[in-house]
This record gives sequence, structure tokens and C-alpha cells, in this order.
Amino acid sequence: MAEPAKKVEEKKIIDEGLEMGTEKLTQDRIENVINRVLKGESGARLKAYVDTCIHCGLCSEACHYYLSQDNDPRWSPVGKVKQTLWEMIKKKGKVSPDFIKRAAEIASTECNLCKRCAMYCPFGIDIAYMMLVVRRINHLLGVTPLYIQDTAHSHAATFNQMWVKDDEWIDTLQWQEEEAQGEIPTLRIPLEKEGADIMYSVIGPEPKFQAQLIYQAAVIMDVAGVNWTMPATPGWDNSDMAMFTGDNEIMGRLKRAHFETAARLRVKKIVMGECGHAFRSVYDVGNRWLGWRMPPIPVVHAIEFYYNLLKEGRIKIAKKFEEAVTLNDPCNVSRGGGLHDKARYVVNAICESLVEMHPNREYNYCCCAGGGVINCGPPYKMKRVEGNRIKAEQLFAAKARGAKVLIAPCHNCHSGLEDINHHYGLGMEIKFIGDILYEAMEKPA
Amino acid sequence: MLSAENWDWETPEKLIAFADWNENFAWIEEPHVSCDGEKIAAIVNIAEGEFSVCINGETWENAFEKIWYPRFAPDGRLTALVSEMGEWTVAVDGIAWENKFGYVWNTLFSEDGNHIAVAVQQDMAYCMAVNDTPWQQSYSNMTNPLLSSDGKRTAATVQVEDFGEGDIQKFQEGVFTAALDGKPWNTKFVNVWKMAISPDGEKLAAEVRVSLYDYTIAVNGRPWDKTFGCVWEPIFHPKSGSVVAPVRTEGAWTLAEDGNLIWDRRFVQLWHQMYSPDGNKLAAIVASKFGKWTIAVDGKPWSVTFKDLITDAAFSPDGRRIAAVAKDDQKWKVVVDGAVWENTFDMAWKPVFSPDSKNVAAKVEKNGKYTIVVNDRLWGHECETIWDPIFNSEGDKVLLRSIEDGKYYRRVITVNDL
Amino acid sequence: MIHFKRLNDLLSRKYWAPVSAVKEHKGEAMNTLYNFVSGPLAWVAFIIFFVGCLYRLIRILVLVHKKEKYIYTYMSWKYSFRSILHWVIPFATVNWRKHPVLTIVTFAFHICLIITPIFLLSHIILWDESWSVSWWSLPDSLVQAMTLIVIGSCIFFLIRRLISPEVQYVTFASDYIILAIVAAPFVTGFMSYYQWFGYQVFTILHILSGEIMLIAIPFTRLSHMLFSPLTRAYMGSEFGGVRHARDW
Ligand code: HEM
Ligand code: HEM
Ligand code: SF4
Ligand code: SF4
Repeated sequence: MAEPAKKVEEKKIIDEGLEMGTEKLTQDRIENVINRVLKGESGARLKAYVDTCIHCGLCSEACHYYLSQDNDPRWSPVGKVKQTLWEMIKKKGKVSPDFIKRAAEIASTECNLCKRCAMYCPFGIDIAYMMLVVRRINHLLGVTPLYIQDTAHSHAATFNQMWVKDDEWIDTLQWQEEEAQGEIPTLRIPLEKEGADIMYSVIGPEPKFQAQLIYQAAVIMDVAGVNWTMPATPGWDNSDMAMFTGDNEIMGRLKRAHFETAARLRVKKIVMGECGHAFRSVYDVGNRWLGWRMPPIPVVHAIEFYYNLLKEGRIKIAKKFEEAVTLNDPCNVSRGGGLHDKARYVVNAICESLVEMHPNREYNYCCCAGGGVINCGPPYKMKRVEGNRIKAEQLFAAKARGAKVLIAPCHNCHSGLEDINHHYGLGMEIKFIGDILYEAMEKPA
Repeated sequence: MLSAENWDWETPEKLIAFADWNENFAWIEEPHVSCDGEKIAAIVNIAEGEFSVCINGETWENAFEKIWYPRFAPDGRLTALVSEMGEWTVAVDGIAWENKFGYVWNTLFSEDGNHIAVAVQQDMAYCMAVNDTPWQQSYSNMTNPLLSSDGKRTAATVQVEDFGEGDIQKFQEGVFTAALDGKPWNTKFVNVWKMAISPDGEKLAAEVRVSLYDYTIAVNGRPWDKTFGCVWEPIFHPKSGSVVAPVRTEGAWTLAEDGNLIWDRRFVQLWHQMYSPDGNKLAAIVASKFGKWTIAVDGKPWSVTFKDLITDAAFSPDGRRIAAVAKDDQKWKVVVDGAVWENTFDMAWKPVFSPDSKNVAAKVEKNGKYTIVVNDRLWGHECETIWDPIFNSEGDKVLLRSIEDGKYYRRVITVNDL
Repeated sequence: MIHFKRLNDLLSRKYWAPVSAVKEHKGEAMNTLYNFVSGPLAWVAFIIFFVGCLYRLIRILVLVHKKEKYIYTYMSWKYSFRSILHWVIPFATVNWRKHPVLTIVTFAFHICLIITPIFLLSHIILWDESWSVSWWSLPDSLVQAMTLIVIGSCIFFLIRRLISPEVQYVTFASDYIILAIVAAPFVTGFMSYYQWFGYQVFTILHILSGEIMLIAIPFTRLSHMLFSPLTRAYMGSEFGGVRHARDW
């Protein structure tokens, strides 16, 4: 078989989760699981994708990994399918433990499931879906990178991403309420308020590391006079790494808790913080596994929520953010939810000038952190950062046209871009929309 | 429970001012009312860092640094979670428990309200406390706290072994189990989730994960013989004590009793199974097709289906009828025995049957105002707040608790007047 | 009717005569072979093609019905056609614009590939002979040009496969075989037209290769003809109805 045009010097990454899992594999188990997934769990979609793909390579240039690795075909979307699923199908599941380990690396750390390639394949073949099928196989074989597996365990045990215990969650909200009362003495974070209009949900890292985001959200809610609540029970976390490890059962369990919490609180909508993958899990993926065609209680991403508040004049801008900003459209809310135009409305409403990066909107390159890749942890950090040189180039170009601040309305983008920023010496400041909105809005004196 | 028979079913209307409490406090929080409707209470902020609870216009004698989660017990006592000097406990009618903890949350009541339980954290060790008495054992984590309906037993998921961050091996070997009254099972599981306590209090059943991929139900620590692709929480038969839980096999859901499949039909989803009070009928919320939700009774789904949601299903006391809340697009509906009420709402709460099973009432919201519907007839008042309706034991009168124009009303009206 | 006149003309055309000559003068074997490939085998090929296509389509839909019923609930005519329309118009998608040469080639290829055999006079005559149906035909010179376009495109695809690393990387022997199967009827058809190296051989080869291609369509990756509208429609529906984003 043809070898890639250019050999890249590669350091072997050792991942305990993969090593441990691979050691326990037997030939029988591999064959069994692969066939169970290919024949039992998947169906027409996978078959049509495999049979239809004409091996034309037209999806290659969609992928930031491919572009960043000097067009090395091993990183092309279809190249990843070739190295994983095609081989499993061809060999009817008779592949080696090492093959499984490599497949796990490819599917979990070399694809962000961003679906950009689905817009480039003339047939609309969904490579991200196929990579998820590989991850599902890996999950059932127990071969998943350590860090993200640990996160999935946290989800299973605590229903949140960060091992936050039931009391720590409530305690954090009360602490942030107190902090914010320093600014607005009557501000409340109403817990368990049945019949509120909105349940605000966040991802695990917010109470754990970024409690100020909850503070900001509370101020925005308070100033806008929103009738809102936050749950004091598990179900508050909208994130979902189980969705990305192929552990669909845990994914479903988490989403059920989330929606049932909202239903119990009798809210009309769930408003969620600036997170992309969580949006995908509640809006598109988790609900389906449970049998809901669309979320049973509408899910409103922060971008859309801010848009509504600004449009309805419930929040007024005191002073626009002065430095020129550029906006990174997160795959999961832009290509996954069509919120790019609303994001621009919001950014233009709160900032003096927006410098577009190119490509943008649903065509934007993935940040390379999404799809659970950043959650695979430090072992893969360099792979991830080097796998997105193209993003650095895209940002340098925006910077050359004046952009100083990079807005990333997604937690994954945020962290991923921070690493890129640092590694490539971009020197941009990265902010959430909420950070700027909080600064720019009119607040009671 | 304050026996409804002893309540005042004669006085047509009682009124308690509510909005003007505002004048005495920096702010008042969401009001709560007692079952019998005689009391309305809310947390009030007296001064910075000083909170109390105001009931019917009178403030608790004690003030606290922080108060949250005010809830009336079914017997009419008012509980709240209170903090003083950085310690938390439960206050009942203004009197704090003697035991103080690092944190308390998730107040639970027995059916009669005599027993009050909370989840407790003290020095990063977790347990439950019932009526001011904590469990003897505590654990490095505890979730899913549960109090039996008679209030005699408590249960929760507990973590019985410590493991380091990222120790996925240890986790997969199983570090969780369930504890009944604080005493853990001796089997460990990868996960233990929701539980049920048998009516006689002798058995505890829980949904467990025995490996990353195998789910089953464990009763008193013993898992069923069979494992499944997934399971949801179990319930006990009210009489026989057998355990029934939704299980997923070959990608579809059905019900299993003590490990054996009992419904022939398969569903896209199945949960919230429930027995009629006499235990003769078994019903569950199901998705009969993808995106089509309904209720199945003894395995047979209703013909009416809903796109978004069906929730809060309940059997009538005689076990012959079922009512539930459903949602289609942005409309909330009430369904009784497979028939949808004509009125639709912006929100609907759990329907309530009269004791004779003849009448159904529910709290609903329309255009930002709240009211009550009884048998699909709307009560003419548009209230700022309303609470669930309660029938008298004859089933001919309804107790309505509402706030209108800043005043709290306790009204008794006859069903026929509606 | 011009139509009719052209048919008559054709029957007396020089290149047609040798075919008849094959029947009359050449060895019995050749004759039988010709009769076989153009008769029963053609029947078989067309039946396999149509039945095969139907079978594949029905099977995939049954499979959806059995295991992924949810897919139906997301399908939308509007968004399906919005997506398909964008992709069947040259340069209407970002990726077509990114690959201008390939776009021109692939559109020219696919158009000629489908149009040529259908509106080829020699084919129409055969239809007319056995079924007495005939329709409008393309002038020979145009057909020749179109045949050359198909052949040229196949060469382009071949070269692309050989030199373009991202294509090469996902190329298997089967890809070359498929390409050959598609190119063969055009090459052989073209050769028999010019009667190079003994037309009779090529005519038989042509018919055979045409039949092979027809049979191959439902059972190889050439089935993209059947499935591509479905995969495209599904992605279009998901992007339009759920993701509210463009998929082109
Ligand atoms: C059952 C199968 C087929 C039969 C019986 C058949 C028969 C013929 C005949 C008799 C000719 C005239 C040859 C000559 O001039 O000597 C011809 C030409 C041709 N056929 Fe077919 N054919 C078949 C299938 C196909 C298919 C599937 C294709 C392409 C997709 C195709 C493409 C052509 C082309 C391109 C020419 C030559 C046109 C030219 O340059 O004048 N044929 N075919
Ligand atoms: C009518 C529906 C069809 C559609 C929408 C379609 C679409 C496409 C597309 C998008 C490509 C990929 C772009 C490229 O590499 O050129 C392609 C490639 C190709 N198609 Fe089709 N096609 C259709 C029918 C057919 C048929 C009927 C055949 C032959 C029997 C065919 C043979 C090929 C070949 C040989 C390639 C190139 C493969 C390569 O690069 O080696 N297509 N088609
Ligand atoms: S990272 Fe995105 S573009 Fe690349 S293969 Fe995965 S889904 Fe496709
Ligand atoms: S663009 Fe589509 S058909 Fe072409 S190789 Fe990629 S996935 Fe296959």
C-alpha cells in the first residue's frame, strides 16, 4: 500500500489506559465485539457510508489535522477510516490487539468528530460517525485513553465531569451567590425554584475551576430580570464525555438526569453556558439515544440566550469592548446548531470591531480540542497542538488584520486555543462572550 | 400526614397578606405553603448575612447566617437547611437540630412527615442523618439518598474504597455499594444508582453496573443472574415484594421481574414503571416508537402518543385510571386514561386524583398566570402563584392555595362549582 | 420524421455492414458468440442491473427500517433537495470550488458517462430492433467526443490515483478495477467504431464490457449511483433541519 508522502518524526505516546486495556484483549473478544457492533448495533448508515465511499480523497482538505500535518494522508478523514473501520470490516473483526490500540489512538485523539469533512465529501459521508463507531468498539473492548475514561467514570459516579460531590456543587453556587452579592446586594442564584422559566446548566469544570463564570452568569440573569433557577441535585452538569468514549449507556443516563431535572423544576427552557460539546450532547446526540427526536425541553445555548437578551433590550450595553476581536465559531454550535449569525449579532453588540477569521461560520476549522480530544489529557497535548497549525495560521492572519482578542464561546475551544496561543506564540487574549458581556453591560450602580 | 379529614373544609376562604412582608425585609424568597394550606412561609433577608423564615407574617425567633431549601413536611412542620458559624444543620419550625455538620442537603420526608432525613457531609465524610441522628458509618462519598415511605429506613450509594485520581483500574474493579441505614452491602459494584426499599423495609434493590458494560439489579447486595445492556431504577411490588425494573436487551427496552422478562413488547424507551396501589396493574412511561411517547399498561401502549415528553404519571387510588402530564411542541397537556384534555397549557403539574378516583385536578400555567383545572375545566382565577390542588376525602371539595394580588388565599371550593 | 430517416440511414452505414458481415461470413463461433453476448447475456446484464439496483435500494431501506428507524424522522424533502441541488451543480459547493479541474472533469465524466450510451444511435438501433422503441439520438461526432471525454476522465482519475498522496493512500486494487470496468465500454466502443484491429472482436468485447459494467454498478462502489442521493439527502436533512447549517 502506498506510504505517506512525508514521514514525520513521531514520539511514541504511552497511554496507560490504552496499554492496560490492550493487555487484556484476546482474539476472540476482539472479533466478538467488532462483529457485535458492526452487525448488531450499527445498520444501514454505516453500510451505506462504507459502500458509497469512492475513495476519492475529497474530504482530506476539510480536516485541520491533515492540513496541519503537511497533507499527510494518514490524517485525512478517509485515511482514518482506512486505518480503522475498513480493516476491521475486511478482516471480519480478526484484527490484533495492537491494531485495536492504534485504532483507539486514531479515533480518540486524531479526530475531533467535528464533522467538517461531512461538508466536504460529495456524498455527505459522516466520518465523525464512523470514528464514533470505532470508539464504541474500543469502549466495549476496554481500550480508551486514560484521562477521558477517568472522566467517564466521574460522570458515571457523580453525574458530572469533575468528581464534584453533591454538596460541593451547592456550596459553590452559594459561595458565588455571596460573592456576587458583593456587587449586587440583592442578587440571588435561586436554587430548586420550581416553575422558573429557565434552568441554567453548566459543565463540571465551571464549579471546579471557573466559578467566576457562574458569578458572571448570575449577574447577567439578575440584571436582565430573568426568572431562573439552578438545580441542587445531580443533573446540573450538561457535559458528556461518555458520549465521546462510546459509552452510550452512560451518556443516556446523564442526559436523562439532565432533562428530568429540568422537567422536575418545571422550567420552559434549559439555558446552558458557553460550551459546545455539551450542547451537542443535549441537543443532538444524547436525546436521541433516549428516544427523543429533539430535546424534550428546549435547550438554548448561551449565544442564543445573549442574543435574545440583547435583541429584546433586556440587557443594555454601557460601553462596548474596545479592542478588535475575532470570533472562533465552535463546531458544535455553529456547524452543529447554526448559531454563527446570532454570535455575530452578539459580538457586534458588545464589541467595537469584529475582525473575521477565514474560514468562518460553519466552515471554521475545529479548535482540535473538541470531540473529547483535549480530555484525553496531557499525553496528547503536543499531538493536538501540532495537529492544528492551520488554526494558528488562521489566527495569525486575523491578527495581522488587527484582531487582538479571540472570542471562543466554548469551553473546549477556549482551552484548546489557549494551548495553540501559547505554543505558536500568537499573543492573543482569549475570552468567552460572557466575559465581555459582563464587562460591557449596564449594571445597577 | 396531617390527616386531610381534620383540615378545615368548611371556611370557603382565608386570606393572609404576603406581599407587604417585603417592607420589613431586604428581600423575601419564594413562598412555600403547608399541605393544609394554613401556613405560608418564605426565607427572608433581615440584614446582610442574616436570614430567617417568615411564616404567616411572623418571623422565626432564630436568625441564621444562611438558610435555604425551606420545605413543609407533610405533617405541617416547616424545615429548612440553616447555617451558623460555618456549620450546617436542619431547622424544624425554627429550632436547629443539635447535630451540626459541614454541610446538609436533600431533605427527605416520610409519608406522614414524622421522619426527616438529610444527606450530610462532615469533614469530607458522607452519611445520612434522620431526625437529628447521623448514621454510625460515614463514607468518602455518598449519592442517591433515599428515605423509605414509612421513614424507618434510609439508603444511599456509598463509596467504600478510596482510589486515586485517574485510577481507572480500581474504579472498574468496583468501589461502590449501597448502604441501608448506613450499613453497606458486602458486594462492590462499578456503579450503584437509584434504589428502592421494599414495603416491609427488609429489602433494598438498586440498579448496578457490574462491569463497564453489564448492568443489572442487585437486591440486598445480590445481583440478578442475568445482566443487561442497561437498566433503570427498580421498584418493589407493593404486596409480593418482587422487584421490577426496565432492562435493555438487543437495543430495546422492556420490563424484567427478578431478572426475567415479563413484557413481550419492546420499546425504544421505558421508564418510571409503577404498580397500581393494589399491585394488580403495572404501567410505565414508554416511547413506543422513536420520538413517540406514551404510557403502556401491562405491556400495551396507549394509542395516543406525544412528541416531546410524558411525565408525572400516577395511578388513581382504585388502580383503574392513570393520569399524566404530556408535552407536544411547546404545549403541555394532561392525559387521563389515554384521552387528552382539550385545554392545553404553558406548563402543567402532576395531576391529582380524588380519593374516590373520579375527579382529576392539576395545577397549570397559562400566559404567565397560574390556575387549577379539574376534569378539564379551568378555574376562573388567574393567580400569581398556585400550589397543587388537594381533594377532601369525599372527593367533592378541593383545597386551593394561591397568591393573587400579593395576598395568599386558602380556598375550599366544591368540585361542582368549578 | 428526421428520426426515422436517420435510423434508415444508419442501417446502410458502412460501419454497420461489417457487423452484419460478421454474422454472414465469419466463423460460426464468432457469430454464436455475438448472438450470445448481444442476446441472452444482454438480457441477463440488464436484469441483474435493474433487479440488483432495486435489491440494494430496498435492502438498505429495510435495514433502516429494522435498525435505524429514527433516520426517517429526520428526513426532509426540502433540505434533501437543497443539499442534492448544491452538489449536482458544478462549483456550487466550497469543495467543488477548491478543486476546479476535478470538478470540471467529474461533471463532464458523469454527464457523458450517462448520456452517451442512452442517446447513442447504435444503442437506439439495438433497442429498436428488439423492442421497437426508439428515441432521439446524438450526432456521432458528438458521441465520439463524449466518449473521448469519458476515456480522458478515466485517465485523469487514474493519474490522480497514482500521484495524489491522499487518493493513493486510500486506493486499493479494486479502485483500479472499478475504473477499468467503467473505462472499458467506452474504449472498446470507440475502437469498434473505428474498426481498429478487427471490429468484430471489439464489438463483442465492447458489449461484454458494457454488460460487466452494468452488472458491477449495484454490487461495487459504483453503487454510489444508488446510495449517493440517499446519503446526501440524509446529511442535507440533518444539516438543514437539526444543525441549521449549510452542508456544501
Ligand atoms: C448490453 C450492453 C451493450 C450493447 C449490446 C452495446 C452495443 C453497442 C454497439 C453495437 C455499438 C456500436 C459499436 C460499433 O460501432 O461498432 C456500441 C457502441 C458504443 N457503446 Fe455500447 N453497448 C452496450 C453497453 C454499453 C454501455 C453500458 C456503455 C457505456 C456506459 C456503452 C457505450 C458505448 C459507446 C461509448 C459506444 C461507441 C460510441 C462511438 O464512439 O460511436 N455501451 N455499443
Ligand atoms: C448519478 C449518480 C452519480 C453521482 C451523483 C456520482 C457522483 C460521483 C462523485 C461525487 C464522485 C467523486 C468525485 C470524483 O472522484 O470524480 C464520483 C466518482 C466516480 N464515479 Fe460517480 N456518480 C454517479 C454515477 C456514476 C456511475 C453510474 C458511474 C459508473 C458506472 C460512476 C463512476 C464513477 C467513477 C469511476 C468515479 C471516479 C472514481 C475515481 O476517482 O477513481 N458514477 N461519482
Ligand atoms: S477531525 Fe473533523 S474533519 Fe477531521 S476527520 Fe474528524 S470530523 Fe473529519
Ligand atoms: S470525500 Fe467522501 S467519498 Fe471521497 S474519500 Fe472522502 S468520504 Fe470517501
